[in-house]
Amino acid sequence: MSWVRENLFSSWGNTLTSCFIGFVLAWALVPFVDWAVISADWGGSKRTDCNSGGACWVYVIQRFDQFMYGFYPVSERWRVDVVGILLVVALTLFFWPRVSARLALLCWALALFFCWFLLTGGVLALPYVETRLWGGMMLTVVLTVGGLVLAFPVAILLALGRRSSLPLVRISCTAFIELWRGVPLITVLFMASVMLPLFLPDGAGVDKLLRALIGVSLFAGAYLAEVIRGGLQAILRGQYEAAAALGLGYWKTMTYVIMPQALRHVIPGLLNTIIALFKDTTLVLIIGMFDFLGIIQASLNDQEWLGLAAEGYVFAALIYWSICYSLSRLSIKVEQHSGVHRV
Amino acid sequence: MSEPVIKVEQVHKWFGSHQALAGVDLTVNAGERIVVCGPSGSGKSTLVRCMNGLETIDSGAITINQIDLSGGLTAIEQVRKSVGMVFQQFNLFPHLTVEENLCLAPTRSLGLSAYAAKERALKYLERVHIPEQAAKFPLQLSGGQQQRVAIARALCMEPKIMLFDEPTSALDPEMIKEVVDVIAELAEDGMTLVCVTHEMGLARAMADRIVFLDEGLVVEEAPPSAFFNAPKSDRTKQFLCKIL
Repeated sequence: MSWVRENLFSSWGNTLTSCFIGFVLAWALVPFVDWAVISADWGGSKRTDCNSGGACWVYVIQRFDQFMYGFYPVSERWRVDVVGILLVVALTLFFWPRVSARLALLCWALALFFCWFLLTGGVLALPYVETRLWGGMMLTVVLTVGGLVLAFPVAILLALGRRSSLPLVRISCTAFIELWRGVPLITVLFMASVMLPLFLPDGAGVDKLLRALIGVSLFAGAYLAEVIRGGLQAILRGQYEAAAALGLGYWKTMTYVIMPQALRHVIPGLLNTIIALFKDTTLVLIIGMFDFLGIIQASLNDQEWLGLAAEGYVFAALIYWSICYSLSRLSIKVEQHSGVHRV
Repeated sequence: MSEPVIKVEQVHKWFGSHQALAGVDLTVNAGERIVVCGPSGSGKSTLVRCMNGLETIDSGAITINQIDLSGGLTAIEQVRKSVGMVFQQFNLFPHLTVEENLCLAPTRSLGLSAYAAKERALKYLERVHIPEQAAKFPLQLSGGQQQRVAIARALCMEPKIMLFDEPTSALDPEMIKEVVDVIAELAEDGMTLVCVTHEMGLARAMADRIVFLDEGLVVEEAPPSAFFNAPKSDRTKQFLCKIL
């Protein structure tokens, strides 16, 4: 109570401002909360169960599985769950104090191969699931994580290459970065899905998802490279000299001395790019893939559930927001854990 | 005792249009302790930095432990493994603990096992009198402690020669002594040292020979007693008047 008096009502001006902001909040939020929570419909299984005038969450609940798994066969969805759990475990690797970088990288690489085989199947007793059936949140995560994991090594090499003293390396890296950064992601995806097959010989069809993944990762790689280059520029010359004086060569200097510091400097920038990529994956809709937003949009046209666009989009916004916010919290934790404050 | 481990012959070095070294000759024998001094801009740091290939020379020759530094990257990297260097700004790796700073190059550059490197690290941390700081990060230490860690880091490579580039210039006055003491102890152990410094106390305490540089040239070379008490050149006299 005293906090309220001191901070919100300490003077006439403050009181007026507080009242005004309070009024605006109430004016905007009360109807929304009423629509979304108080008079919303939660139970039931059909469109006709929604008759209170509030939000029809029945639709979201009924369609939840499809939003998450797309058209992935119901009997095989446990495979997606396993991959999801693995991903969370892999993320916690960042926080295990005694895991060496090499081991963590190896775990990531193995986990990714494992995930790809588990999701596609066709080996051992697992039935084959075409990537065309992948969709919903699962596809969004596959595109983001897969794209990032492929983009990261590319980005590191490009960032180093752009600062190289060899003119040919420097020029080609710069050209590559500028080319991919100068083109909209939509164009990249179109090229990957429509143009690329024209250049490939018949029968050498590369999976459409894989093509999109490569496009996304090269695109993200160019952006990440510039973020990482920013970090490299913050490293003082003395660090290079000290490493050189100790007999460390170029790659060892970069691996053990320069990159660890540079990457720590740019965690906020990296996260920025990661979040942007996560949301940009919604663009795969235009090459006929149904990511999380795409599948919600598609289901809005369902004859049984017409007129529920608000519910669909609010749900999509909520999920996107909570994932991006969690990522942002995660990056703060990583920053603290990696000891940025000590540097 | 007397075979030369560092041979600098007619070395010239230009930075753009500025000539840093104008034909320097210097020979250092094994176990000798050399102090290089001179006014700022005289080329003394450049000279030391040329000795492990941090700067490339424009003409002349530098031979370290019978290896010619002009022999490309492999020669330079070979030389660097036997030549330790301590910088004015310490240049410790801030993302690594003191112990990791010390172990990095022995494991990655010399191929020591993690265990052997750690043992070595503790040995040299004791030598610089701060074994209790092994688990800390560099920026948690005082300047004097950081510089002593930097000395230990160089020693962990068990070099034959140690180069010091103004090791006390970035330190608060009350921390200079702890670093000077450590360097003087090294000097007593018979390692070959080349030290650029303004710290005349250090020069008196450890030097076998003082090399006075001005405008990229060696003006005078003499043992400390002769250098301080009976300098030959006028330029040296002028310099000594200003700093003593």
